[in-house]
Amino acid sequence: MMLRTETITMRFGGLTAVDQASLAVRKGSITGLIGPNGAGKTTMFAVIAGFLQPTGGQVLWQGNDITRLKPHQRAQLGIARTFQIVQPFQGLNVLENITVGSYLRHPHTDDAIAKARAVAERVGLGGELEQPASNLTVAGRKRLELARALATEPKLLLLDEVLAGLNPSEIRDIIPVIRAIRDDGVTIFMIEHVMQAVMNLCEEVYVLAQGQMIAEGSPAAVCNDAGVIEAYLGKGAAARIANLGGAHA
Amino acid sequence: MKLNNYIPIILVTAALALVPLVFSSNALANFMAMALIITLAAQGWNILGGVAGQTSFGHAFFFGIGCYTAAMLQFHFGINAWVAFILALVAGAGAGFILGFLSFRAGLRGSYFALITLAFAELMRILANASEWTGGAAGLLLKLKPGLANMQFESRASFLWLALAFVFVGLVISRAIAGSRFGAQLVAVRENEDAARALGVDVLAVKLKAISLSGAMTAAAGVLYVQNFLYIDANIGFGVWISIEALLAPLVGGRGLVLGPLIGTVTLHGLGELTKSFAGRTPGIDLMVFAVVLIGVVAFASGGVLGLLRRFAPGLARRIAA
Repeated sequence: MMLRTETITMRFGGLTAVDQASLAVRKGSITGLIGPNGAGKTTMFAVIAGFLQPTGGQVLWQGNDITRLKPHQRAQLGIARTFQIVQPFQGLNVLENITVGSYLRHPHTDDAIAKARAVAERVGLGGELEQPASNLTVAGRKRLELARALATEPKLLLLDEVLAGLNPSEIRDIIPVIRAIRDDGVTIFMIEHVMQAVMNLCEEVYVLAQGQMIAEGSPAAVCNDAGVIEAYLGKGAAARIANLGGAHA
Repeated sequence: MKLNNYIPIILVTAALALVPLVFSSNALANFMAMALIITLAAQGWNILGGVAGQTSFGHAFFFGIGCYTAAMLQFHFGINAWVAFILALVAGAGAGFILGFLSFRAGLRGSYFALITLAFAELMRILANASEWTGGAAGLLLKLKPGLANMQFESRASFLWLALAFVFVGLVISRAIAGSRFGAQLVAVRENEDAARALGVDVLAVKLKAISLSGAMTAAAGVLYVQNFLYIDANIGFGVWISIEALLAPLVGGRGLVLGPLIGTVTLHGLGELTKSFAGRTPGIDLMVFAVVLIGVVAFASGGVLGLLRRFAPGLARRIAA
């Protein structure tokens, strides 16, 4: 297993955002994390990437406990994250933004810039290298977020809703990019609301609801799980759907 | 390390080096000496406040530590001026590290950090004013011992060249940072700390390096001041005036840019002197000019003089590659 979390609990004062959540991400997979709004998905990512210290539980990276490591140390190990609310370096252009990422593994400026250019090309930002990050469209910013994380040459990429806010054709464009990243050997763990993408990309899906892990399995199995349907649609929804005789998938 | 990037720096320095040869005016020499000292202090500020975005309102802290380290070591122990200079750099860097460790580790940013720096500078001013070691309110007067070995010069031109050499080193360091990984990390920290962290930047370490380097550079300016005037007291060394000068010059010249502090200092003090020559010796008239310029920069040209250049003459601005 590439990544494993064991009974992660994250409390903010009286609010328990994540409650004893365990999951495992297999090397080379695309694993999904879904759940209703406010389920604690982004909090879970923040714990995995080291931005939050969990109240309880452990984060294991290739079998080693990394719960106490700082975010930059985890980035060095090969864990890269994107932010749900994009966080570009506003004052910098696209190439400079990505170069900050590629400097992690390439101390020399020329190497870092060459790597950044290659990454930009790969996510489809090759034509906008000189654009200030603040000039990009929503889709462009999402790609930039992806490019920066990718430039750190991660082993595990945590994608926090990279498809949110994109229109269907933009989503169609970016799905093959994500798959290609995995095919190059980067394990992907993604939070996603766009079910089309989850069904399309993920091999395994975890479902978080009110901070608790309520289901795991293949996307199709998870979507038919009564507990998952109730978490999304309310108590009794699964029974009503079954009564209607409509198969939910 | 592309030599091309250093050409503007070399040209500017060479042009300034000619000034003492061409003009022999005493007033101009005094003006240039002060301008170079302030430029160096401002270059120190610019690394921390400009490139790394950690606005300091108390760079007098470092300037004064440079002044007093150099002055006290020479005054009390008769230590050679050059050795004292090196120790002043170490003291400046150390002071930066301590101040940075205390404030950055506690997560202080923005105006909170600015206030802490101001507090440290004021604290030192009061201490230096009270302590016998620092000469109290009377200050310390160094003996006149001209000679390169004592970092004192009979000819004004020699001192100007020394100060210019310091500024040149400051420019080279700033330029080298601008094209390096460290520079990119500083800018990343300025623009967005969380994003920087996610990309593997050790934010605390980067800030500590920046403030140590910044402190050493501004301390070097303090040493220059002492070697030029052979006198220091608390209101000069730790006075608010130098905190403001060190901050104003990069803002006016171009915050975070290599040539920003130099251009800002020359612009500000050039305007100040011009006004003085028109308006006579009305006390504080140059400060009023500074205020107007600052308001103008904040309201209309947030990138300073170099920002304006970039807007109206992008070709030239790119050639300067500031």
